[in-house]
Amino acid sequence: MASHGPQHYQKIWLILSVLLVVSFVGPFVADALRASESLEALALPLTLLTAFGIAFWKAWLVAKNFMHVNVQPRYVLYLLATCLVFMLLFYAGTAPDVMKQAGSNWTKPPIAEAVHAGQH
Amino acid sequence: MRPIANTRSAAGITTGRLAVWWVVGSEIVIFGGLLASYIMHRLAHASWAEQAAHTNVWIGLFNTFVLLTSSLFAVLAHYAAETERNGPKAARYLLFTFFGGLTFLLVKAAEWTIEITAGYTVTSNGFWSFYYTAAGLHATHVLAGMIIMLIVAHAARQGRELHRVELIGIYWHFVDIVWIFLFPLLYIAK
Repeated sequence: MASHGPQHYQKIWLILSVLLVVSFVGPFVADALRASESLEALALPLTLLTAFGIAFWKAWLVAKNFMHVNVQPRYVLYLLATCLVFMLLFYAGTAPDVMKQAGSNWTKPPIAEAVHAGQH
Repeated sequence: MRPIANTRSAAGITTGRLAVWWVVGSEIVIFGGLLASYIMHRLAHASWAEQAAHTNVWIGLFNTFVLLTSSLFAVLAHYAAETERNGPKAARYLLFTFFGGLTFLLVKAAEWTIEITAGYTVTSNGFWSFYYTAAGLHATHVLAGMIIMLIVAHAARQGRELHRVELIGIYWHFVDIVWIFLFPLLYIAK
């Protein structure tokens, strides 16, 4: 499965290193943008893009070029995708209970009070 | 007699590689659930951002670079084992990978010492509980990978079981990917 040569792997490592620097610098630039009234709206998208968007890009580069996931049998991809779907199901099932403080006919008074007091 | 992990391939790939992909799949659920938990709590509680501001981004940056570099050595070991059929060379690259993991753990230990000394412990609040749980679970995986890597490197040096170099590499790259997501969550998003 190691179809590429060492030069290719070194090139991918270099790209990963550059992306790491970008993901590090991005939020600092976003902080600078927050100081400007006209550019403040760009701060959050820039942080999300550089910190998390690049994380997905780096993960794909590692999976494709180092793990060679793209040349595995298709069912391996289905296996990994199924596990990711389970993760999303977990999130969808539990997030409302964690993230909401109240809903139809229910509240979480102790949590809400702790959040209000800055203890949670 | 050749090992069954390298000879049976009813699934289209060797049994050993299939087993590692199953391990990776189960790890996706473990770490995915952990990261999903963090994200939902982080979005629900603004105070977590204030706590995250106390993590040292420079240490996180350095450790990410160390793991990325160790991944490069792991894939070079795979290339040496599979394409060049050079066991000693593969073993040498695996040792470089091992030392990358060791550096990561030593830096992590120093970082935790600083944080615990400053009063940020696993019982301080929700953020630090998650921080030590996630980073600790990840560090345990790094340690496990390092031990397996030494065993694989020992055999590879003697020209035996070269197929295992790829298998430990797949695991190591996955551990690297987990850290790629932990780094922005714990160190950058403040």
